Amino acid sequence: MNRIGYVILYVCLSLVAVFQIFPLVWLVIFSLKGSREIFASPPLSLPEELKWENYVKVWEGDIGVYFLNSVWYTLAAIIITVLLASMATFAITRMRWKLSSLVLGLFMVGLMIPIHSALIPLFKMYLSVNLIDNPLSIIITYTAYNLPITMMILLGFYYTLPREVEEAAIIDGCSINRLFFGIIMPMTIPVMSTTVIINMIYNWNEFVFVNTFISSNEYKTLTVGIQNFIGQYMTDWGAIGATLVISILPILIAFFFFSNKIVEGISASAVKG
Amino acid sequence: MNKVMSNKWFIALYILPALLLIAVLIYIPLVLTGYYGLMDWDGIGAMKFIGLENYINALQDEKFWVSAKNSFLLAFYSTLSLAIYLAISLILASKIKGADLLRKIYLIPMLLSSVAIAQLWIKVYNPANGILNSLLRGIGVENPPVWLGDTNIVLYAIFIPILWQYAGFYILIYYAALKNIPDSLIEAAKIDGASALQIAYKIKLPLIIGVVKVTIVLAIVGSLKYFDLIYVMTGGGPSGASEVMASYMYKKAFTSYDFGYGSAIGFLLLIITLIVTVFIRKLTATDDEVQY
Repeated sequence: MNRIGYVILYVCLSLVAVFQIFPLVWLVIFSLKGSREIFASPPLSLPEELKWENYVKVWEGDIGVYFLNSVWYTLAAIIITVLLASMATFAITRMRWKLSSLVLGLFMVGLMIPIHSALIPLFKMYLSVNLIDNPLSIIITYTAYNLPITMMILLGFYYTLPREVEEAAIIDGCSINRLFFGIIMPMTIPVMSTTVIINMIYNWNEFVFVNTFISSNEYKTLTVGIQNFIGQYMTDWGAIGATLVISILPILIAFFFFSNKIVEGISASAVKG
Repeated sequence: MNKVMSNKWFIALYILPALLLIAVLIYIPLVLTGYYGLMDWDGIGAMKFIGLENYINALQDEKFWVSAKNSFLLAFYSTLSLAIYLAISLILASKIKGADLLRKIYLIPMLLSSVAIAQLWIKVYNPANGILNSLLRGIGVENPPVWLGDTNIVLYAIFIPILWQYAGFYILIYYAALKNIPDSLIEAAKIDGASALQIAYKIKLPLIIGVVKVTIVLAIVGSLKYFDLIYVMTGGGPSGASEVMASYMYKKAFTSYDFGYGSAIGFLLLIITLIVTVFIRKLTATDDEVQY
């Protein structure tokens, strides 16, 4: 291809890149502006002085609480999900039983379910066991709904594990538990880390379950918390911007360090559809 | 060996925790949704069996059909947008330097919560201080639209952030598929004198058609489930112009406290999603998948 052709292609690709990050750059700019400046100066002008107060102000509001809730719900759900998904994937791919492919099918169909179709019965179920407005309902719901995707990412890796590993371990008199926790699980660390990061993104960004099952401010996560918060700060764009930046920063940091894992996880989660 | 690996107790121990969770929290609720749809129920008091009334009402409810139409419109636009993503991926995969960095930049919006995206785009569309109307005024448009307040354009205004959010996802999938095509095939075509367009259309596209079909299913089924972004950006408004099935169901149940009716809509959403999934798969299924 000639040089002019290449230049045109690069311009196209760069325009797409600008479109993809431009709104975020603008977000960071207005998160550092004072209210007066936002309304008086052109939207793309850089802040006259960096208003870090915006960040301090919202953190000292409830955003700090929401942030910590998001962190611990996300972590707790990740640990349970990856553990249970690994165990189930092990049982399905490595152990021998008649119904294994049927059970696998049940997990995989779970990928297509519209969660809104299950929302009202879940709400009633939690209401009847006093789990409404209780973080536990959030953590077990996250776990259940992320099991299918987590298992789908794990499956390929488990299928390729050599049989010899198990045979050798069992001939040595290893129990199933020691085989799984001591030998198999450590071997799957690369793919487990992919599932951890995909779960992190899903849980951190989840909205509708928390919005439906949690009513107290002290238990809300960032996604739901920023909704109320922004309600109070209608015209204070600086505060709203700072809130949004705080809410997306952990994911952006994770992406900066683990972009290859994220790319791998997202591709794996889409292959089967 | 076989005896150990087919020990029923251990199989149960390993599979049951996960299986029980999805049975209790996914499958039983799905069945119950259909059942609650038969009830007159405010969410707190006792349920009263009213037969198919909610379902019949839903099917005659103009607002439900508007929300279904909007969901399908979004699904249609999402499917069309796959062509843009595919074009970008074809360029990106044609030995472009920096392709890896570019596709990662494209992916960034996909990682953010729909709530943050919705809040950000509310600001982008802000009539007075939003970046979009400021730019439009800058190039001389005197009365730029009130994007989210105009019933005629609100659905398109909502579709732009969706396009923005998912671009990186589909480009990533297409790019990976295109990179799997052996170089030797492309080289052979070049030697035979095929142009870049011919190579893209006659060789690359047929080779990744399986992946394209998967993305069509993903785009359509995904669109039917849209909720967060619309709920936050417009709440379905103005006057229902951006209502989708999931947001209408949510509104009926958790705002109007008509949980029976909400359940009926939720169940219809499930049925519609399943039918569409099966239908699209049938439609895109071929037995002559290209091998290479």
